[in-house]
Amino acid sequence: MGPSGCGKTTLLRVIAGLETPTTGHLLLGDRDLTRVPVHQRDVGMVFQSYALFPHLTVAENVAYGLRIRGVKRRERHARAQRLLELVQLPDVADRRIAELSGGMRQRVAMARALALDPALFLLDEPLSALDAKLREGMQVELRRLQRRVGITTIIVTHDQEEAMAMADLVVVMGENRVQQVGPPLEIYRRPVNRFVAHFVGRNNFLPARVVAPDAVEVAGVRAGVARDLPVPPVGSDVTVAARPEALRLRAQAPGGPALRGTVSMVRDLGRAVETRVRVADEELVVSGRGGFAEGDEVWVELPEAGLVALAA
Amino acid sequence: MTSPAADAPAPRGDGPWPHVLLAWPTVALTVLFLVPLAIIAALGFFRRIQAGFFEVAFVTENYARALDAFHLERLGVSVALALAATLVTLLLAVPFTFLLTRRPRARQVPYLVLVLASLSLSEVIVSFAWSLLLSRTSGVSNLLVAVGLMDRAASWSPGLAAVLFAYVFIALPLAVLSLYPTFSRLDQELPEAAGTMGATPLVGFVTVVLPLVRRAVAATGALVFIFVLGAYVIPQTLGRPAQWTLPVHITDQAIMKNHLPLAASLAIVLLVVSSLVAVAIVALGAGRRPRLALPGRAR
Repeated sequence: MGPSGCGKTTLLRVIAGLETPTTGHLLLGDRDLTRVPVHQRDVGMVFQSYALFPHLTVAENVAYGLRIRGVKRRERHARAQRLLELVQLPDVADRRIAELSGGMRQRVAMARALALDPALFLLDEPLSALDAKLREGMQVELRRLQRRVGITTIIVTHDQEEAMAMADLVVVMGENRVQQVGPPLEIYRRPVNRFVAHFVGRNNFLPARVVAPDAVEVAGVRAGVARDLPVPPVGSDVTVAARPEALRLRAQAPGGPALRGTVSMVRDLGRAVETRVRVADEELVVSGRGGFAEGDEVWVELPEAGLVALAA
Repeated sequence: MTSPAADAPAPRGDGPWPHVLLAWPTVALTVLFLVPLAIIAALGFFRRIQAGFFEVAFVTENYARALDAFHLERLGVSVALALAATLVTLLLAVPFTFLLTRRPRARQVPYLVLVLASLSLSEVIVSFAWSLLLSRTSGVSNLLVAVGLMDRAASWSPGLAAVLFAYVFIALPLAVLSLYPTFSRLDQELPEAAGTMGATPLVGFVTVVLPLVRRAVAATGALVFIFVLGAYVIPQTLGRPAQWTLPVHITDQAIMKNHLPLAASLAIVLLVVSSLVAVAIVALGAGRRPRLALPGRAR
C-alpha cells in the first residue's frame, strides 16, 4: 500500500519478472528469481487493466496458460470451467470478453491467473476499476477466494481501507522505499514514522517534547505515551500522533492528562460524531458519540495507549 | 411543464457550407481519378495508327495482346515479385513496429524521423543510388574488401536480389507508418500477461499480438503490394530483362514505342489484377470475425 508513484506497481512488476531490478536480489523461498524470465517464474498476475485477450472467449482466456503448457483441449476446458465456478461465473465460458461487465472481467482475470496453480498470486490494483459498492463485495470475495486456494498473494493498492480489509500483512511504501511492514492493526495503531501515521487513516498531530522515557509534554500538559514503541530520547522534540477515536471529550476536567479547548465544529457522520476542538493553535478532530455543540468549552482527554511519539 | 427536449434550442442551420466541403472530395475523386481511369479504359479500345497516334474506334486487339502469353507471363512475374517483396517487408516491419511502440514515446521519435526521412526519397533516387551502391566499381563490396570480409569486389546489380532489396527499401517506411497506429494502441499488458502464463516472447507475439493486429497487417500488405507492383524504375534500373515487370513494359509501350492503346489496355489489366490480389490479401487477414456482443444473453 502506498500513494501513487511510490513504486508499488514497479515492485510488483519486478516480482512478476516484467521489470529487471537495477540492484538487489529477488528470492522466492530459497530460489533466486532475479534473472529468471517472466515465463519461467510460476507467478499468476491480475493486471490493473485485466489484460484479457479480446480475440479469445472467456474459457480460452482462462485456459491460455494450460494451452501454452500443452495440456489437452478437453482437460484444459474442464479446468477452465472449474476455475470459472470458483470465481462464481459458471455460465460465461463461451462469451467474448467484450460481452462481460467490469466485475465479471475482474473475476475472469483472477481465474486465468490461478489456472496454473502459481507459487505467487499477484494483483495490481485489482478493485480500482470497480464502483464503490461492487468493490466492497469483491474485497470479501477476493479474501475468501485467496483462503480457498491457499496461494501466497500480493495485492498492490493505494486504498488503505482495501489493504486493511484484505491483508494479513501490510507493507506501507512511500518516497520510493518501504516505510513499515506489519499486520493491519499494528500499522494503524503503531505507525513507526510520520509518513505512515499521515498516510494510514486519520491522525491528529501535536508538537511535544519527551520529558521521560514514557511521557511527553503537550501544550504544557504531561501525558503518557504508548510503551510498546520506541520513544525518542528524553529532551527531544517530537510529534505526538493520536487517532480521532483514541481521544475522548469531557465536559469536566478528568483525572488524567487533558487539554482544554473550544468546540469549533460538529458533524454527525451517522456511524460516529466528528467534533473539532480548537486547542491553542491546533484543531483536534475527535470521533465519538458527540453530545457537544459549537462554542462549548471541553476537555480533550489524552489516553496513554492512544498517543504515539514520533521523531519530529 | 415542458420537457427538457422542448427547452433545448432548435438545431442551428449551418447553411450549405458543410455540404460544399463534403462535396469537394467526391468531386476531386471523380475528376482526378475516375475520369482519367475511364479515358484510359476507353483508350484501350482505340486503334493505333502510324506515327504514334491513335484514332477513336472500338477494337479488342489491344486487350487481346495485353492478355497474350508474353504479357501474362510478365504479369505473373510482376505479381510474384510484388508478393515476395510484400512478404519480406511485413516480416521486417511487423516486429520492428512492435518493438518500436513498446519503447517510451520520446525514444520512438528518432526512429520515426528516420522512417519519414527515408520515405521522402523518390523511387528514381533510390534506384540509382542502389545501382551505384551495388555495383562492382564503386559499390559497398569495395568496402567489404577493404575491411577484409571479401576477397574481391563483386557486382550485385542488376539481378533479382537487387530488385527485391530496393522494393523492400522503399516499402518498409510505408509499412511501418501504416502499422504504427494499430501497434501504438495495442495494450502493452497483453503480451506481458501471456508471459506470466508461461508464453515465451515469441509464443506470446504469435498467439496474442498477431491475432489482434492481423487486419492492420493485411491492410498494410495490400498497400505495400499495390505500391510495389506499380514501381517501374526499380525493376528497369536494378533488374535484368527477366525481372522487368509489367509497369516496365507499359512505360516502354507508352513512351518508347508510342503505342498508347496497348499501354492503356496493359494498365487496365494490371489495375484489375492488383485490385483482386489486394482484396484477397485483406480477406485473408480478416479471418474469423469477432461475434457480435449480445449483452444479457448467457450462452
